[in-house]
Amino acid sequence: MQADHVHTHPVNFDPTWSEPDHHEPAAEQGRAYRIGIGGPVGSGKTALTAALCRAFRGELNLAVVTNDIYTTEDADFLRRAGVLDVDRIEAVQTGCCPHTAIRDDITANLDAVETLEERHPGLELVIIESGGDNLTAVFSRGLVDRQIFVVDVAGGDKVPRKGGPGVTTADLLVINKIDLAPLVGADLEVMASDAARMRGELPVIAQSLAETPDAPVVADWVRSQLPVRTG
Amino acid sequence: MHTVALVLSDSRFPGGGHVHSGGLEEAAARGLVSDIRSLGLFLAGRLRTAGELAAIFAAASVKCHEWSTLDEELDARTPSPAQREASRAQGRATVRAGRRAWPSPVLDSLVQATPRPHHAIVLGALTGIAGGSSADAALTAAYLSVSGPASAAIRLLGLDPFAVNAQVTRLGEAIQAVADRAVSVAGLPPADLPGPGAPGLDLLAEAHVRHHKEEVRLFAS
Repeated sequence: MQADHVHTHPVNFDPTWSEPDHHEPAAEQGRAYRIGIGGPVGSGKTALTAALCRAFRGELNLAVVTNDIYTTEDADFLRRAGVLDVDRIEAVQTGCCPHTAIRDDITANLDAVETLEERHPGLELVIIESGGDNLTAVFSRGLVDRQIFVVDVAGGDKVPRKGGPGVTTADLLVINKIDLAPLVGADLEVMASDAARMRGELPVIAQSLAETPDAPVVADWVRSQLPVRTG
Repeated sequence: MHTVALVLSDSRFPGGGHVHSGGLEEAAARGLVSDIRSLGLFLAGRLRTAGELAAIFAAASVKCHEWSTLDEELDARTPSPAQREASRAQGRATVRAGRRAWPSPVLDSLVQATPRPHHAIVLGALTGIAGGSSADAALTAAYLSVSGPASAAIRLLGLDPFAVNAQVTRLGEAIQAVADRAVSVAGLPPADLPGPGAPGLDLLAEAHVRHHKEEVRLFAS
């Protein structure tokens, strides 16, 4: 072992231990802040993206990268929702591997982000929406500054308990569609306590976009993460 | 063989390759490739056409640094705009990874001359920068021309990965032969380099863009 190897943070090899990521990504000067939204298929990632676009309209210089396998589906959804100009949406193909495109080989997404930054000088926030994937899919810290993992009550109330890097390490866990809980027999308290147990001090927000279409709590969390604007 | 050839041909190299199927997605959508046998024929054909062209320009780009000329000559040998775009997208992506791995004024000069260079030319440039030979670059390009579509076939058609892998390894001698031919012409002036073509693949690439841009499309090419 190298004698001069000094750890600035405690190292814990317990796989069940949960703690925030120590690797603070430093937002490079002059580039847009990047937030990734991941989670299983149908959990409401696009709906959350649209909600955040609505919430930040007139407030932030914003763009979106979608990774849906239907290359225009999410873009169409956002266009129909009237929340974002079409030239602020870039769709990338993922070659059947959404997780690869956001984690192992982030090239296509970086290209899309840079295309948007060139097209819209002064861009402040880029939301990168992953294609629906499994519970192990997380964004590379080389691609995003913060990431939100979205699950929903209709996917089963044991999802938070199953863990996986998405649930345990995402900067924010969103439990979506809580209005459906009574209809699908999901126990919200179990989900919340499981999530808290799996995530330690990392935040969890339960919401229903049917009841709060602009996702105000998540939008506030996003605001709290943005670098302080000097302009 | 130099390790640069292993790194560049490794599917875990983060050069954007996994979003390209080399025409396989369109061929599969049309039922032209549906099983191991038809995949084997597709791969063999691609290797001897698009693969050989890539190997030729990769081998040439190891020593020849006339970037604009190489770029124009490869453009002229790639009649399909969709394939040119796919090649440039992969080239740009490989530059991104290559700049971190093998920073060099040679690479800077390539990007300055052609901001979105062709994939084969970047492969040759990086191989040369890292200390590899034209043979390394040609072998890398030839292998990638079949390994990418083979991987796409596993994902799109659910083919047995052992059988697909065996199809790729069966092409071993053919891959080496393509690389050898590429090396034998690597010293020619760019304008005199051969231009093996595959009109069928060109048409598939164009159809892929036209038919699938508005529909389900998993791969960029």
